[in-house]
Amino acid sequence: MHHFKRLAASTAIVLCASGALAQDSITVAIQLEPPNLDPTSGAAQAIDSVLYANVFEGLTRFDADGAIIRGLAQSWDISEDGLTYTFNLAAGVTFHDGTTMDAEDVKFSLDRARAEDSTNAQKALFADIADVTVIDPLKLQVTLSKPNGMFLFNMAWGDAVIVAPESIDTIATNPIGTGPFAFANWVQGDRLELARNDSYWGAAPALETATFRFISDPTAAFAAMMAEDVDVFVGFPAPENLPQFAADPRFQVLNGNTEGETILAMNNQREPFDNPLVRRAVTHAIDRQAIIDGAMFGQGTPIGTHFAPHNPDYVDLLANSQFDPELSRSLLAEAGLADGFTTTLKLPPPSYARRGGEIIASQLRAVGIETEIANLEWAQWIEEVFTNKDFGLSIVSHTEPMDINIYANPGYYFQYDNADFRAVLDELNATTDPAGRSALLAQAQTIISEDYVNAYLFQLGVATVARAEITGLWVNQPTAAVDLTGVSWGN
Amino acid sequence: MSRNLIIGAGLTAFFTGLAALSFLWTPYDIEVLDIPNRLLTPGGVHLLGTDHFGRDILSMVMMGARTSIAVALVAVGIGMGLGVPLGLWAAARRGSLLDDVIMRGNDLVFAFPSLVIAILITAVFGPSAGNAIIAIGIFNIPVFARLTRSAALPLWERDFILAARVSGKGAARISAEHILPNIANLMVVQGTIQFSLGILAEAALSYIGLGAQPPTASWGRMLADAQTLVSIAPHVALIPGFAILLTVLGLNLLGDGLRDWLDPRIRVVRT
Repeated sequence: MHHFKRLAASTAIVLCASGALAQDSITVAIQLEPPNLDPTSGAAQAIDSVLYANVFEGLTRFDADGAIIRGLAQSWDISEDGLTYTFNLAAGVTFHDGTTMDAEDVKFSLDRARAEDSTNAQKALFADIADVTVIDPLKLQVTLSKPNGMFLFNMAWGDAVIVAPESIDTIATNPIGTGPFAFANWVQGDRLELARNDSYWGAAPALETATFRFISDPTAAFAAMMAEDVDVFVGFPAPENLPQFAADPRFQVLNGNTEGETILAMNNQREPFDNPLVRRAVTHAIDRQAIIDGAMFGQGTPIGTHFAPHNPDYVDLLANSQFDPELSRSLLAEAGLADGFTTTLKLPPPSYARRGGEIIASQLRAVGIETEIANLEWAQWIEEVFTNKDFGLSIVSHTEPMDINIYANPGYYFQYDNADFRAVLDELNATTDPAGRSALLAQAQTIISEDYVNAYLFQLGVATVARAEITGLWVNQPTAAVDLTGVSWGN
Repeated sequence: MSRNLIIGAGLTAFFTGLAALSFLWTPYDIEVLDIPNRLLTPGGVHLLGTDHFGRDILSMVMMGARTSIAVALVAVGIGMGLGVPLGLWAAARRGSLLDDVIMRGNDLVFAFPSLVIAILITAVFGPSAGNAIIAIGIFNIPVFARLTRSAALPLWERDFILAARVSGKGAARISAEHILPNIANLMVVQGTIQFSLGILAEAALSYIGLGAQPPTASWGRMLADAQTLVSIAPHVALIPGFAILLTVLGLNLLGDGLRDWLDPRIRVVRT
């Protein structure tokens, strides 16, 4: 009897243990596999999706709503003139290889990112840093060359995470960070595994291990989710299947927003799009709701300018480009193109572009603009459209947060060149006062909307499909991230 | 006439008729999207329902038949037009260096998986129906060249050819006047089979986005567009799938039936 009790008790313990074991690992699917694992040099979003907040941390970070909160910097002081930032770092932080994280590592990371030969994909984030000085191991002073109201925001990007000089040489295949999860294994083309960092300085995450899988094919994504091969799919690629998941008690569907302004880009330096009348005619020919319904099955918010509608500084400028084919035709006539014209429409792989492209082609045809559709793979799109600017029209989603500054770069692929706009952005960069910034941002949004630089279509939504028991997932994507810190099986 | 021949000819005539009719009339204009009326089930105003853009599927199938048949027809034409003369030439100069060059050249083309090369061609020169035709056509050349040569070789040993040679006809004239008529039935049968393979190849290429580009309708792309919709609107995928299946089945039955009907040896046994 006595033995039996002990046996029963130990069996119970084993059962509990195995039950707990099954509930503290998670398999997360995203669409694209990262090409390498260095967020401080690679531009691919998939790198941040896997590593941001999980493996790597910066001085500040985005929270689930896009607000800037403390990261490795626990507090900071900003001098009166807005030029000097003094950061107090968290104590007791170690990298996953056991080395200590201190102010020297922060200085190394920032200096490396802003160096002349830096390969950082977002070097502009660091452009205003004049000097980084270590005061003591937990205190650091950053001096800017001019006030920058976005500095703390910039430091939250995945491109600004803190790395160690000891592990920098192998970071692309063996990323060593300070985050709650340590990189464990990467089987290229198949999966990437993370394991809990038991010496994490902050609150320990609930999950023991996490496996990332990469599934870009919509049919395969649907099958994997339905078969419960994956527990979470962040950025589910087939919006038409979402109602089925929502109706299935095994799953939950989280519909969030992203920073992805989806636009019909027009080549501003190529005829006939160098004529603002023609660009305006294109915008009036487009029925946004038909695109959102037809291409995204209703997932998406119409936008009238290149700015995220959930941002408090967003200005509703949809009225500038209402769907009005009659007006579009008369604008074309005014531009001397009453008989219409033919142009190219180059489309990258995502369904917003491929399906949206067919709808837009049909809408443009209705006002006399014929398009030759070319479906391109991402590498071809980068080469032909983004690099060589060999296109008339293209559809793409700009997923970087606060990226209206791309309109200040005349060399950017749609080649918008307006000195007035650049002046507004220069003033914006020098302004730290929130009200002043809001006014300038509104002005910038209005200029590009009234210049009809591109046709602004909709803000890309993001759908996360997950097993119903899972809690703590991000609904929105203020930056590309699958933050597993607060994720648990809810038991 | 065999039952195969009748069923095959019937199916082929039906889809060819649909394609021909599409030049004159389709129930709806497939270039006009009607998003609010998308994914309607078959029946009602839209006989076969509508797709994810609200386009009439019957009209899409008709226009798709035109694309498939046009691509396959021209591709078979390329294969026959180049392959048959090459085969005749090789047979006329059998055993010579020229024969070797032609036939080894054919082997070279045969050695590559045809779809992979088709993907290469369309990837290099850009996806379009025209490039799909060329890609599929190139792979029809060795098929016809080989068949022609192997059918022509025994004929060259026959007495009537000898008689023609004695009367002073050159190799080219003999090939055209005596060899070709005697192998024509084989070519018709092979042409039918290649035609069905051409339709499959066009569907495969446009399925992976390398065939006819939108808004041109194509069965393969209709299938590709519909694959994520299978669980919510199965008819959108099933209809183009059946169109491909029935056309290819029809052409194969027609080819089989024609072979039985045209082959003199089999005909003799039957009668």
